[in-house]
Amino acid sequence: MKRRFAAIAAAALSLSLLAGCGGSGSADSNADVVRIGLNYELSGPVATYGDASVKGIQMAVEEINAAGGVDGKQIEIVKYDNKSEPAEATTLATKLMANDGVVSVIGPATSGSFKATIPVATQNKVPVVSGSATADDLLVQNGVLQEFAFRTCFSDSYQGTAMANFASENLSAKTAAILKDTSSDYAKGLADNFAAQFTANGGTIVAEEGYVASETEFNATLTRMKSQSFDVMYVPGYYNEVGLIIKQARDQGIDQPILGGDGFDSPGLLEKAGAAALNNVFFTNHYSSLDSDPTVQAFIQAFKDKYGEEPNAFHALGYDTAYFVVDAIGRASEPTGEAIQQAMASTTDFTGVTGTFSIDPETHEPVKSAVVIELADGVQVSAERSPR
Amino acid sequence: MEQILQQLVNGLSIGSIYALIALGYTMVYGIIQLINFAHGDVYMVGAYVGYASMSFLGLDFFTSLLLAMAVCTVLGVIIERVAYKPLRNSTRIAVLITAIGVSLLLEYTMMYFAGPEHRAYPALPGFMTRIFRIGPVSISSIQIMIVTISIVLMIVLQFIVRRTRLGKAMRAVSQDRDAAQLMGISVDNTISFTFALGSALAGAAGVLVGVYYNSVNPLMGILPGLKAFVAAVLGGIGLIPGALLGGYVIGATETFVASIGFSMLRDAVVFALLIIVLIFKPAGLLGKNVREKV
Repeated sequence: MKRRFAAIAAAALSLSLLAGCGGSGSADSNADVVRIGLNYELSGPVATYGDASVKGIQMAVEEINAAGGVDGKQIEIVKYDNKSEPAEATTLATKLMANDGVVSVIGPATSGSFKATIPVATQNKVPVVSGSATADDLLVQNGVLQEFAFRTCFSDSYQGTAMANFASENLSAKTAAILKDTSSDYAKGLADNFAAQFTANGGTIVAEEGYVASETEFNATLTRMKSQSFDVMYVPGYYNEVGLIIKQARDQGIDQPILGGDGFDSPGLLEKAGAAALNNVFFTNHYSSLDSDPTVQAFIQAFKDKYGEEPNAFHALGYDTAYFVVDAIGRASEPTGEAIQQAMASTTDFTGVTGTFSIDPETHEPVKSAVVIELADGVQVSAERSPR
Repeated sequence: MEQILQQLVNGLSIGSIYALIALGYTMVYGIIQLINFAHGDVYMVGAYVGYASMSFLGLDFFTSLLLAMAVCTVLGVIIERVAYKPLRNSTRIAVLITAIGVSLLLEYTMMYFAGPEHRAYPALPGFMTRIFRIGPVSISSIQIMIVTISIVLMIVLQFIVRRTRLGKAMRAVSQDRDAAQLMGISVDNTISFTFALGSALAGAAGVLVGVYYNSVNPLMGILPGLKAFVAAVLGGIGLIPGALLGGYVIGATETFVASIGFSMLRDAVVFALLIIVLIFKPAGLLGKNVREKV
């Protein structure tokens, strides 16, 4: 019997060791390539964000390499999976910068994980760039600009503000209820800014409730919210929980418009909520395939040819982020993290598929516009671009 | 008033699930005084079997439910034979630690094969997605099914325990294992049968939760497992009616806490309740002079 235990323990140990050494890259540097690190959520609860971003990045890098690379050098991607965990993301950022010799790291996709990698970037003087980390306190933390952190998406304050304006003006809403994921910086940022702008527009927040990630039971909270009358319901959060919230809310007869942020943008939302529940649902985003801009349409066509699916915002932001990084490498005086950081900070009128933007050197924020997308039967039916 | 009725419906649905899981805890405790921490993970496996049979095999809901119960029955017996039976005469703490080990083994084996992501059940047929509106109260057909199936399974369980030879054997073993053995009852088979019954109920709960919330993941068994354990202790561990009562009390408490606006404190209140009950009534709500165990 003791032997059996020993065998099980040994098996478990070797499994965990195997898991630990998956995907390590070699550290030798090659003069003909420029290495870019990818630190993304390829498994775990928000894996679809990471997968989508990586697809966009890989497509952009293939295009760039086919066109001769940057400064005559090919770009090489070193890709790791941070399992949707901030601690893992920090470890991988260190590994990419210290062992793999990358000049810049793209990712993670979510704010919490991205924030965890910024101190590593500052320490190693290698810029980190996220295409989708939208929390407010990332690039400027307690009034201090994080020199080596950049993003190609707008911040939560802008998403919350844009949605509050949309609710007040386009939906003529006077009262709103908020149900937010209190375990996420992202959702709290959206909720705070929505509430501030909605109140400034003359509206009232009649109810504000919270939940934590991975919960599945929202019926009791929704029943309570239903008893207060409101015009719109703002549900900033990620698709796993939001999908269930929308389904349970519609089942209970809450028919008001449900609003949210770009965390809604995943096929997972449709799987969780079902098409019938996804009516009268609006969310802010960085990009929509309904956009008629020729740059956007050309990107959509190329993406479909390559992957056989419609690109979503994470694909588009990943694609733009890769071009943004390569643009900075091209303008940098030498291929080092510090030179690239300076080039990134001075980016002006960069044109991507998610809009044209410049980096504000004071805050590192890209100055760009938001899109409000409407869902009907689970399908995106219209998109409106807000002014920049 | 309408809100109270609606909350009652919500509480009843979630309470039925806790009761189904709690029954497995309490039966196993009643018979071998083991808190089977792997029980919540058997429920998780049930949810995945239902998911696989509905998505990949294309089976309907009831067939999937039966399949999940069958797979969990086998799993429960295997767990008992492999992990607990060799430790029958060891200290209780050794068996308890083994139970935690089995729990982690199930969770991470599932994560290895199915991946850590949340998965959604496939779209359900129309009759299961109907919503009945009685005045201001909405009841979904899934909620009705959860409560009905739970109650039917509990009645079947009561029948087995009270009216069959195996049930009699279970009650005998739980009262005095040695005496039961002297009377010619196969203790090992009876214990296996208890695990089989409890695991089948957990498997059913897994599928019901899967269709109700439309979301499964490898760690989904941890919290409901703990809460069902609280439910079992609350009602008086080892007592079947206690597990039922405990399950519904926990469901109602959670719903009540959320309904007065403290949804963030829901889990904290449930576990605080456990502490209070253990201080004032260590044997549980029904645990006085009740002789009937199992």
